[in-house]
Amino acid sequence: MNIATFASKRFLVPAVLVLILVLLATAPLYANPGTIPVMTTILMYIILAVSWTMFSGPTGYISLASAAFFGVGVYASALLFEQGAQLLPLPAVILIGGLAGFCFALVVGLATLRLRGIYFTMFSFGLLELARQLLLYYEFTVTATRGRYVATIDVDSAYYLLLTMVVATLLTAYFIMRSRYGLALQGIGKGEEAAAHMGVNTTMVKVLTFAISAFFMGATGAIVATRWLYIDPTIAFNLNYSFLPLLMAIVGGVGQLYGPVIGAFGFAYLRHTLLSVTPYHFMLIFGGIMVVVVLFLPGGLASLIERGRRRLGGVIPKLGKGDQVEQHADT
Amino acid sequence: MIEHIPKIIFEGILWGGLYALLAMGFSLQYGVARVLNLAHGEFIMFAAFSSLSLYVLFGINPLLSLIIVALGFGIIGFLLHSTLFRKLLKSSPSPGAFESSSLLAAFGLLFMIQAGAKLIWPGLPWRVTFLAYPIRILGVQVLANQVVALSFAIAIALAFYFFLARTRMGKAIRAAAEDRATARFMGINTDRVLALCFGLGAALAGFAGVLYSMCYSASTNMGMGQTLIAMIVVVLGGLGSIPGAFIGGMIMGIISQIINWTEPVLAMPAFYVIFIILLLVRPTGIMGKS
Repeated sequence: MNIATFASKRFLVPAVLVLILVLLATAPLYANPGTIPVMTTILMYIILAVSWTMFSGPTGYISLASAAFFGVGVYASALLFEQGAQLLPLPAVILIGGLAGFCFALVVGLATLRLRGIYFTMFSFGLLELARQLLLYYEFTVTATRGRYVATIDVDSAYYLLLTMVVATLLTAYFIMRSRYGLALQGIGKGEEAAAHMGVNTTMVKVLTFAISAFFMGATGAIVATRWLYIDPTIAFNLNYSFLPLLMAIVGGVGQLYGPVIGAFGFAYLRHTLLSVTPYHFMLIFGGIMVVVVLFLPGGLASLIERGRRRLGGVIPKLGKGDQVEQHADT
Repeated sequence: MIEHIPKIIFEGILWGGLYALLAMGFSLQYGVARVLNLAHGEFIMFAAFSSLSLYVLFGINPLLSLIIVALGFGIIGFLLHSTLFRKLLKSSPSPGAFESSSLLAAFGLLFMIQAGAKLIWPGLPWRVTFLAYPIRILGVQVLANQVVALSFAIAIALAFYFFLARTRMGKAIRAAAEDRATARFMGINTDRVLALCFGLGAALAGFAGVLYSMCYSASTNMGMGQTLIAMIVVVLGGLGSIPGAFIGGMIMGIISQIINWTEPVLAMPAFYVIFIILLLVRPTGIMGKS
């Protein structure tokens, strides 16, 4: 076995990924105590950005409803994992949170995904606001309170739960991308009419992917709520949980699976470091980067990395490309 | 309830006038320039604060700053389109791709304007007392500033409508909205028309913001709510239709005041219920073509 085979993409990429995973999984053992809460937030944003990209990346339907599904998960925790009255064990609560997001998205998707482009974006925005306002109204008039208290778990458990969820989200996104189903999604993005004529059941594909992505948002909400202690509709359905993952995914690049991951990682980290100094400078920089990326780098940071890799033209890409060229020659 | 009806109608029409102004700008930016400007509400917020600052710092009468702010915003909007959005338009492979990329760019603007305003005007909501004495019109007691704001809103909306309907430039704008490629073949400088439309939209946001700050207190968080209202009104009236935006604004203004007097907590949920039903049942709106 020579070095070239060993360095080929087939071994290198999984090896690096396993290494990263091992480092992350053992982080609570050696990292200083301040890092883990920050990492927890970063992991949360990674899940939200990747699951947003799962649906909106290939199809081009820009959804602003992420926070609605996230909020549903938060409320699943608040109802079933209430402080002093934990009705169910936490894994069941997380599953229910995810399923609640899934079902909500399924109903919404069936009703709205026949709306195209811009109308869908406006609808998803309205939906999020409606969910928050109705819940506020309900809490004020029926329960006569504003917020609820959630039972807490320690930060390491939350970290591991979120890490598991990151792995699950990435694997799901990967398999969707690589399947026939992912091709159908891309077809919808390139030309929906054409995809429908090719025999793709566009409604089914769109609604199902939308619902799957909402599952991860809901489950994440259910986990994160256990670290917050107190929640209310404004906290759970905060617009930022729709806006930030979208910006992170776009800046990172939605064309590659690792795009939203680096976007979320970079920005969540930047946000953490800058928020403690000046919250509004962060938003200003964030907005500026967004405009620059949309203008000059439509594929996001990932496209820059891909371009760099191609230009390097070293051993790694050549080996990967070589196989494909041969296959093409055969057909 | 009965004795409040004239008051409800007056306040409804006042809000309706403001909604109509902000929705017309939003509708123009989407209808012609194809930019769904999510930052529209932030423009309104920024205009409101600019007017308040001019009043507090230099003692400039809000009616004068109406012109200053709207002109300034118009120029900024024009430049914004002729740099940022024109480049996006040229590099987008399809109209659909431009709609999403311009939406994302507007997102960036939203963040920047909001953060900028929070850095410039930190702290609590602002308001100034301007013409805040009561007068009686047709037996209804109202504040003078509200009457002034309402008359200006309606005058601006009408002037704007006639500009689009009767002038040569208005005709060019309507042609560009109908079919951009053909309009260019007819010798219309579409690049300039689109930038002008975006600028006009920003100027309308400027007008709405200044008029708003004359009657109500302004906060740096108000932008998002304004954008949402613009969206609802525009969908109600038909995306891209200017008379639709005006009628939709009036309807929403009156509905909002009726709800406000009966069950104020339900005002916002009711808006969104209307919005969502509209999108599902008739996304083209009352004046839109299907």
